[in-house]
Amino acid sequence: MIRFTNVHMNYPGGNEALRNINLHIEQGAMMYITGRSGAGKSTLLRLIALIDRHTRGQIIINGQNLERVRNARIPIFRRHIGFMFQDHRLLNDRTVFDNVSLPLVIAGYRHQEIRKRVQAALDKVSLLQKANSYPMALSGGEQQRVGVARAVVHRPAILLADEPTGNLDPALSWDMMKLFEQFNQVGVTVLVASHDLDMIKRMSKRIITLKMGRILTHSGTPLET
Amino acid sequence: MNAATRKKNNRPEKKRQGEFKRRFDMWLLQHAQAFIYSLGQYIKHPVSNLLTTAVIGISLALPTSFYLLLDNVRHISSSWDGSLQITLFLETDVDEARAAEFANGLKQNNAILETTLIKRADALAEYQKLSGFADALNTLEENPLPNVVLVKPKLDTGDNMQTENLIKELEAMPEVDNAQYDSRWIKRLLYILDIINRLIVILSTLLAVAVLLIIGNTIRLAIYNRRSEIEITKLFGGTDSFIQRPFLYSGLWYGVFGGIIAWLLITISMQLLQDPVRQLTNLYSSDFQLIGLGLNSSLTLFASSIALGLVGSWIAVKRHLRAIEPV
Repeated sequence: MIRFTNVHMNYPGGNEALRNINLHIEQGAMMYITGRSGAGKSTLLRLIALIDRHTRGQIIINGQNLERVRNARIPIFRRHIGFMFQDHRLLNDRTVFDNVSLPLVIAGYRHQEIRKRVQAALDKVSLLQKANSYPMALSGGEQQRVGVARAVVHRPAILLADEPTGNLDPALSWDMMKLFEQFNQVGVTVLVASHDLDMIKRMSKRIITLKMGRILTHSGTPLET
Repeated sequence: MNAATRKKNNRPEKKRQGEFKRRFDMWLLQHAQAFIYSLGQYIKHPVSNLLTTAVIGISLALPTSFYLLLDNVRHISSSWDGSLQITLFLETDVDEARAAEFANGLKQNNAILETTLIKRADALAEYQKLSGFADALNTLEENPLPNVVLVKPKLDTGDNMQTENLIKELEAMPEVDNAQYDSRWIKRLLYILDIINRLIVILSTLLAVAVLLIIGNTIRLAIYNRRSEIEITKLFGGTDSFIQRPFLYSGLWYGVFGGIIAWLLITISMQLLQDPVRQLTNLYSSDFQLIGLGLNSSLTLFASSIALGLVGSWIAVKRHLRAIEPV
């Protein structure tokens, strides 16, 4: 599903964010990326979503070589990916329902289909009764769960989460991780960047640790090259 | 070709048609969404949007009302064109019968619409009545006035060459002593109208640029206010055309409502002017009526206002939307 081969990433100005990354994540797998701030966790996710382009090596996502994805095709490519952020990035002038429906509206779904899917996604994160609230009226944990619903409502093949529990207390973080596990169980490939090593160790999934842009350790299934 | 292969060949064709229809439906749906969404955004912030629209409306109303003013002046001067005439003073030795014959003969000329003969006796009688020199004139043994023929040329406004040629032709006739055509003031008026026309074109262009800038700047601010929304939309696979659509429709709405405000301003001003103008023209015993915005002018006003709205927002979108990338 996701394959990195000798991937380097230099930001303009010479900042080398990733060095020689080799990585393979099978379809339906779940993996954690950990490391200190600045180790390259976010960069890795950004390369997968084509927010940035890598400078050397090869990345293949879902059978597509990212170098061959032209800029004009990036929007279509991204429709197979769901995103989660540390700051939930919800739109405060829209209701929970409208926030969650955004990926479906973008993809041009019909109204009835949108309603059905948004309700299913909100039900999944136990926020169906808050559909008409505005994000500001929700607690931090609830806001983050709305973010999860938005990330999965269009049934993406890959779910990318960048520090999704950064602003949550341990109990809520644990619930969030369990939620990701549930999506993974129905076939979504899940990639979570988090520096909360204690918690992700308890999840017993693959973990890669980045340091200074290199893969330092790799636990779980052996590293493929 | 047997039935089986035909069926097989038909299938991809049908599939393609189905795909096309699906895409077209989606395109239509997204346009409808952007159309309604942008109108909703407009109504959501009534005060600021109304202010912007009012500025657009006034900017459009100014050149339009100048144009209407010009139109009205043209209308008045064209009704004077009918009274433009050449005065022929005939030689004193041409008697009245000969003059009448001459006047009739002129009507054969293609360049002449009609002729009126003022007999020397009538002219004297009128002059005596109007001038107050009746007694003095009575002492004259002979009528000093010549027969006069008034010639109404058949020509378009401002076609000076044609008029000049006609005058030369008439002056060359043996019966004619002198031909007068006092066209200087009407020429001046026509030139002044030309200058005003040019000024209106310049003014309209400047104000159109102003409208473009106003709409462009408003859309630019809207784009930056909704930066986070644009970033998220790009992150979830929104294409550029999807993202720019609501902004282009906002421009359309500014154009539509700006046009309506301009139209209302002009129509109300016309109503306010109607009565005083009627009172004035009554003094001149004229049945002149103010020309308002007709159907054609109204449609032109709306079309230009909508076009300016779309172009203004398009420029802003092209300039500023690209710069926003998800971070």
